[in-house]
Amino acid sequence: MTQPLISIRELHTHFRTDDGIVKAVDGVSFDIAAGETLGIVGESGSGKSVTCLSMLGLVPSPPAFFPRGEVLFDGLDLLQLREQELKDVRGDKIAMIFQDSMTSLNPYLTVERQLTEVLEIHRGISRREARAQCIEMLEMVGIPSPEKRIDQYPHEYSGGMRQRVMIAMALLCKPRLLIADEPTTALDVTIQAQILELIDELKRELNMSVILITHDLGVIAGTTDRVAVMYAGRIVEQGSTEAVFATPCHPYTRGLLQSIPRLDDPTVEKLFAIPGVPPDLSALPRGCPFHPRCDSVTDRCRVEYPDIVQFGNGQWSVCWEAEATA
Amino acid sequence: MSLLSVRNLKMHFSVSKRLFHGPSPVVKAVDGISFDIDEGETLGLVGESGCGKSTTGRSILQLLRPTSGTVHFGGKDLTAMWRPSWGQWKWSEELRQLRQQMQIIFQDPYASLNPRMTVESIVGEPLRTFSTARGGELRRQVQDLLQRVGMDPHYIRRYPHEFSGGQRQRIGIARALALNPQMIVADEPISALDVSIQAQILNLLTDIQAEFGLTYLFIAHDLAAVRHISNRIAVMYLGRLVEVADRDELYASPMHPYTKALISAIPIPAPTVEKKRQRIVLKGDVPSPMSPPTGCRFHTRCPVKEARCEVEEPAMREIESGHQVACHLV
Repeated sequence: MTQPLISIRELHTHFRTDDGIVKAVDGVSFDIAAGETLGIVGESGSGKSVTCLSMLGLVPSPPAFFPRGEVLFDGLDLLQLREQELKDVRGDKIAMIFQDSMTSLNPYLTVERQLTEVLEIHRGISRREARAQCIEMLEMVGIPSPEKRIDQYPHEYSGGMRQRVMIAMALLCKPRLLIADEPTTALDVTIQAQILELIDELKRELNMSVILITHDLGVIAGTTDRVAVMYAGRIVEQGSTEAVFATPCHPYTRGLLQSIPRLDDPTVEKLFAIPGVPPDLSALPRGCPFHPRCDSVTDRCRVEYPDIVQFGNGQWSVCWEAEATA
Repeated sequence: MSLLSVRNLKMHFSVSKRLFHGPSPVVKAVDGISFDIDEGETLGLVGESGCGKSTTGRSILQLLRPTSGTVHFGGKDLTAMWRPSWGQWKWSEELRQLRQQMQIIFQDPYASLNPRMTVESIVGEPLRTFSTARGGELRRQVQDLLQRVGMDPHYIRRYPHEFSGGQRQRIGIARALALNPQMIVADEPISALDVSIQAQILNLLTDIQAEFGLTYLFIAHDLAAVRHISNRIAVMYLGRLVEVADRDELYASPMHPYTKALISAIPIPAPTVEKKRQRIVLKGDVPSPMSPPTGCRFHTRCPVKEARCEVEEPAMREIESGHQVACHLV
């Protein structure tokens, strides 16, 4: 395998809270190759957003602390960098887009001010030069008459258009890695289709790598090369998107895939449902955190956290049952 | 005969009244829609945000007083049951009594339960308002309801913040069931929940429908979930219905270009299928309901529009038995 673009090793992000230590991310490892799209799926609280925020040093510390782990990018460990050094990476080589474009853009500043600022800081060019590049970028993400719209404020844009502005802002410095945290969750399906197509086009044009965080397995299926499934702060299964969807090895992945109604399935009277609720991170059960909801639980699952089981083709999962069948 | 019969329902809102600035602009959230729901049936109402589907639900329940049109429930016109009182419109006693039969489940299980009330007082409130049960009898009924929606009846003294999203939605469902209604309007009941919880709530809704003989108006933007639970589906765009058909018919042979695009935009969780699919990607955004386009409201984004679509509004026509479409080109 070629040298990965970024490599996350045993990342731990814990929070000190009044209820004790919350292990939001508890030993997450993955690599991303250049030009690859990795999907991270999981429910709210599974640690998918915190993983990506930690990579960029965007988690306030305290209350967060990082007992172990490294994020290797360009021979640097991002977790060890000082704030000033991190600022050179963030927004330049690694960019992020967020779910809610209304709260992520500054309502008091015009789109022009918010976009040109990026280039002024990272490229050191004048605002006038930056403006031309920004208009070009807005055109690229499909904003009609960008030379007029650039002087408007975020509230004058629709939800889909604001998300495009966010993407334009993220791509201004031609980053090598784009982290998209639920970029389409707040959008309607017809707009979602537009935005996903746009990210895919731009990715190929700029040869970027992308991390796509979402809870929508349909979005993952259509847009990613590899997928990591997170549960209670850890990755429970990882592999090529084809392999994970065709032969899911972790009971949680299997349950998720069975429980969502699909447009191309014959309709059934009752859906399969995973019992129980997502776990409370400050009071995780012993052993495998999924065991109270698992349909193939054994005594061993209640006491011991499972080991990683490799399945050849790059797919792996952490489950005692998978170990028995592998 | 249909349990619910909606005819030419309109719900307009005036936005702001600024002096000397001419007539105040009007948002035509719902602008003339008609449909029926039979007893025991589930009608799915789908559309994108801002298309007026929630407003439709609320004006059927008379939570909003419709601008015009009629809503017949069990043969009686609810819109005629409002009474003027000191310059305001109020429900008549007849409407208040009738409304016991029509309940609602809300989208956001965090905002729709009062954080300062216990589960007992939340679920018991409809009973205290309309029934004579009090004290131990009331508590027993609340516990029965909690059990029915899959919750531990010992939870009655707890507050909403002690529960997860899925459990709160169960509390909301128990409250809707308290008066043994004939019909429930479910307004996006699963879209705020975690993926693994959505299937639990959909199954619960199916179970209680069979047990209580309920009729549902199921409002959602998730076409896969709507397909799972509905018998018939109505597609809404900018305040108007564009297509109504039986569930299988609609997904197998959608006729309106908007329905086609909507169905093709839903991602399918199967990489091999998904990467081969041809997708109709619509251009542009949904126009503002304050100034909807002339003619067919969809013409600004329609991939197959003709000249007359810009001037002439298409009427809803029955193309096949039970399959209605509003499009000139069908």
